[in-house]
Amino acid sequence: MKVLVPIKRVVDYNVKVRAKSDETGPDLANVKMAINPFCEIAVEEAVRLKESETAQEVIAVSIGSNACQEQLRTALALGADRAILVETELEVEPLGVAKLLKAVVEKEQPDLIILGKQAIDDDSNQTGQMLASLLSYAQGTFASEIKIEGDKIDVTREVDGGLQTVSLNLPAVVTTDLRLNEPRYASLPNIMKAKKKSLDTLTPEELNVDASPRIETLKVSPPPERAAGVIVESVDELVEKLKNEAKVIT
Amino acid sequence: MSILVVVEHDNEELKGATLNTVTAAKEIGSEIDLLVAGFSCDSVADQACSIPGIGKVLVANKESYKNFLAENIGTLVSEVGKGYSHILAAATSNGKNFMPRVAALLDVSQVSEIISVLSEDTFERPIYAGNCIATVKSSDSIKVITVRATGFDDCEVEGGSATKEIVDLDSNLGISSFVGEELAESDRPELTSADIVISGGRGMQNGENFSLLEGIADKLGAAIGASRAAVDSGFVPNDMQVGQTGKIVAPNLYIAVGISGAIQHLAGMKDSKVIVAINKDEEAPIFQVADYGLVADLFEALPELESKL
Repeated sequence: MKVLVPIKRVVDYNVKVRAKSDETGPDLANVKMAINPFCEIAVEEAVRLKESETAQEVIAVSIGSNACQEQLRTALALGADRAILVETELEVEPLGVAKLLKAVVEKEQPDLIILGKQAIDDDSNQTGQMLASLLSYAQGTFASEIKIEGDKIDVTREVDGGLQTVSLNLPAVVTTDLRLNEPRYASLPNIMKAKKKSLDTLTPEELNVDASPRIETLKVSPPPERAAGVIVESVDELVEKLKNEAKVIT
Repeated sequence: MSILVVVEHDNEELKGATLNTVTAAKEIGSEIDLLVAGFSCDSVADQACSIPGIGKVLVANKESYKNFLAENIGTLVSEVGKGYSHILAAATSNGKNFMPRVAALLDVSQVSEIISVLSEDTFERPIYAGNCIATVKSSDSIKVITVRATGFDDCEVEGGSATKEIVDLDSNLGISSFVGEELAESDRPELTSADIVISGGRGMQNGENFSLLEGIADKLGAAIGASRAAVDSGFVPNDMQVGQTGKIVAPNLYIAVGISGAIQHLAGMKDSKVIVAINKDEEAPIFQVADYGLVADLFEALPELESKL
């Protein structure tokens, strides 16, 4: 089995992003970049499939500027076999990303595609579902467990009320939720080895995909601030304030 | 301009998130139809018909829609939605699952989790875990939108008399099937619709200690939530998670216990009307958003709070 893992380069999750003062976008000057945490879980799951000999090859793919090579190298250090960068300077929306990934899938013919459920920058939560739809594949979104048997995959999904399990025909698309696994750290020898693994570059033109944006961002502003509250001295005072001042309990 | 709202339900009851979505639709335009896709879902269709200000309630009643498999529902909604200018659904785990398929099939972008409507094509949505609010304008001919329930009030549920219309489309792709589900059994209100929520964080130390929250939740009629740290530490299941990667809540009262207040947690609860924080670390960032802060050891404060309610 061949597994394709699309990953996204995003601002590191520890960075508190603020809107620029002229409201033209988020202020991303000199911030630390990383693999999107959900994509890291996707890489880990694919590598575990390889370690259990369910999968034979894991291919990491990313779409974006040349700088994404850094995140692809991280994926290679975590255990992916080779990497593909679809290089573009354009800001690509989830639909465009899904179209580009569809072209990569048609080229590589993977049996399984594992993606993060959402990227922590634009919080769209769309790409995996769109890719599955464009390919007419089944999808197991927000996965907390996967089990491959023959030409089917059972995916346990995190849904609002608890867990749901679906059975999907392969090839299929899976998107990861938090509890699917705990990603490993790349070891130094593996980081060194990753430098020698193959990393191919393609362009949207070569894949014959129009990924131009449909949504225009008019402005990016800070969220409304909450007014500072008060520190109460005791449980009694807290209960009194909730009853008589805030009037939220009786 | 006409708007299609996909109703969220469990084949028996129309879910509350639908009501916020209808309110969002009403801010976009006045011609609104609802789509109820499910199996043996007549009671849901009846509830949908009584919502005021609705034109038609379209009912697709087929076994293929019983478990809301995204493959089948997505295909149905893209077919039914072709004649509309806007297709809206609640940003629940169900809406998030099928709506991007609808958008892709229609070859349009999706605008995820809007929190306000500025015009028929311009919306506000949070990005970067709610640290920024983006104003976005869609140029697509059909606007596919998911709606964050906490951004909009509930619409009225009584007094309408929409007509029902059967949609005889069976979009069974046959590539996926439902195996089973384990839904949390609880007499408490649902996290996303509760008036009061009490959540525990890493400071709870283990899963057993969440029982300290239960007594208070029972007295207040509150739902119980958790921070991502508590979920990651294995204290409680993920369906209790409040935050950017979990559920977004905005109750009248939110009580955060032993929660430091990471950005990702704040993104899920900062629109609550009144926020209470109980934490022994007075430097914890949660106090910056709390209306009432109590610097105390939760193992002493919680039993005392329960006894005084």
